[in-house]
Amino acid sequence: MTAAVNPKKLIKGGLHDWEVVIGMEIHAQVTSRSKLFSGASTEFGGEPNDHVSLVDAAMPGMLPVINEECVAQAVRTGLGLKAQINHRSVFDRKNYFYPDLPQGYQISQFKDPIVGEGEVLVDLPEGETITVGIERLHLEQDAGKSLHDQNPTQSFVDLNRSGVALMEIVSRPDLRSSEEARAYVTKLRTILRYLGTCDGDMEKGSLRADVNVSVRKPGDPLGTRCEIKNVNSIRFIGQAIEVEARRQIAIIEDGGTISQETRLFDPGKGETRSMRSKEEAHDYRYFPDPDLLPLEFDQAYVDALAEGLPELPDAKKARFIESYGLSPYDAGVLIAERSSADYFEAVAKGRDGKAAANWVINELFGRLNKEGHSIETSPVSADQLGAIVDLIGEGVISGKIAKDLFEIVWSEGGDPRQVVEARGMKQVTDTGAIEAAVDEIIAKNPDKVQQAKEKPTLLGWFVGQTMKATGGKANPAAVNALLKAKLGIE
Amino acid sequence: MSVDATTVRRIAHLARIAVSDDEVAPLQGELNAILAFVEQLSEVDVSGVEPMTSVTPMAMKKRTDVVTDGGHARDIVFNAPETEDHYFLVPKVVE
Repeated sequence: MTAAVNPKKLIKGGLHDWEVVIGMEIHAQVTSRSKLFSGASTEFGGEPNDHVSLVDAAMPGMLPVINEECVAQAVRTGLGLKAQINHRSVFDRKNYFYPDLPQGYQISQFKDPIVGEGEVLVDLPEGETITVGIERLHLEQDAGKSLHDQNPTQSFVDLNRSGVALMEIVSRPDLRSSEEARAYVTKLRTILRYLGTCDGDMEKGSLRADVNVSVRKPGDPLGTRCEIKNVNSIRFIGQAIEVEARRQIAIIEDGGTISQETRLFDPGKGETRSMRSKEEAHDYRYFPDPDLLPLEFDQAYVDALAEGLPELPDAKKARFIESYGLSPYDAGVLIAERSSADYFEAVAKGRDGKAAANWVINELFGRLNKEGHSIETSPVSADQLGAIVDLIGEGVISGKIAKDLFEIVWSEGGDPRQVVEARGMKQVTDTGAIEAAVDEIIAKNPDKVQQAKEKPTLLGWFVGQTMKATGGKANPAAVNALLKAKLGIE
Repeated sequence: MSVDATTVRRIAHLARIAVSDDEVAPLQGELNAILAFVEQLSEVDVSGVEPMTSVTPMAMKKRTDVVTDGGHARDIVFNAPETEDHYFLVPKVVE
């Protein structure tokens, strides 16, 4: 990428400023019931070696048969990344030796991946949008899991994950800061979740990142990169990049050179360290898997899948801005999860979009976060929140009372309209009633009335007293108007 | 194309096959003989010819996405030299 260097993204070294260059390989577990080449379950967890077929255990004579849904999921993802879909792709064997890889090779795609170049638009917090190039996406098998802490001399191997389908999504080195890298993974995760092709659950390892980091003086050619393997949270991705970039800068500024290697990030110690043991294994000796024919399909197949795609985050965001008059920021917050966007639309339908967005983002999301709820388990339904927005819009309740009403609906449930009725929360717009309250306060506080003539800001005190006297139900606009008239304030 | 003794040792190591010192020279000879035999293929001009992946034209067979297998952990680990709670046990491998 030849975009201008943003000085704010540079890292200050001891001698001069450095630009960090980041590319990522994301391993996303394909959402499917069974594995890529066998009929064993992909369900997370399970008793050791319970979700394992003889194919996954690489028993002699077993042959892989591809899961058509995994192919469809890869194509859908490619479409979501606006990428080239390759009508012919080939599975290769990537050979390496490790106990959790019983075949002695991983079935992957090397030369001819199923998906080629694409792009992801990434919105940054300051409002800037960057385009991150996607180099390719290919299908491959996951490995098993080794446990090293069960026994002092032995490792325990569980093959339940062995053979689960992964999509490896490789980005171009288009990222220039840890913040951009985090935003990219967040966006990619959102797209995958919208598509339903990966659940994006990083705690369960459904989304892992290998992060390639190098540094250079702005304008210089790319520096030597190090690959940080298997970072499993968005926060750690950011931290790993920060410490790795600084490690490389320190070495170069001390007159040293970076050697290309694989490193591990240790979040506890806040450092990356070399994985020397894997160095020599990097001779993968790829060759086409003779057990599998090339994967071929026609454009009609791709078109049918494209037909079934949901509205994607970028389109949804544009539509929210366009049809509901939302700010790009609010729209971005609402579309981050499909369930939030759906909830918002249910509230906004036939109502003031901005008011709906305010209530969903400020009141509902705030409260959900505080109580550790997700939108799916929200105690306040979209219908209930919509009714609250209606009641404000109709002038039945004030914004202040609406917050109390929200609290009641949150903790006790019920139809907001009935709650307002039953608890007498209706806003008093009857000027007669408000006037009586105002007159009483004025009569009781002649000194304040006198002061208000010189100091019009005292109006606020009178408003407060009136609201108090009416139990907060007086229409604030009516109170203001009445008081101004009676106190003779402009 | 031919391989030297170092390459023979490296290939053996990558495949985790134990090769003793006195086996290296004979293996090197055998591998080079095989490579020379296969090398004859490069005499044929195959520019513009698609690599053949199957003798008869056929499409890749596919499975529907249903769970049809699993639930036999005991059988899976049955042949393993050492197991515990249906885990395979192997010499410790730690990064």
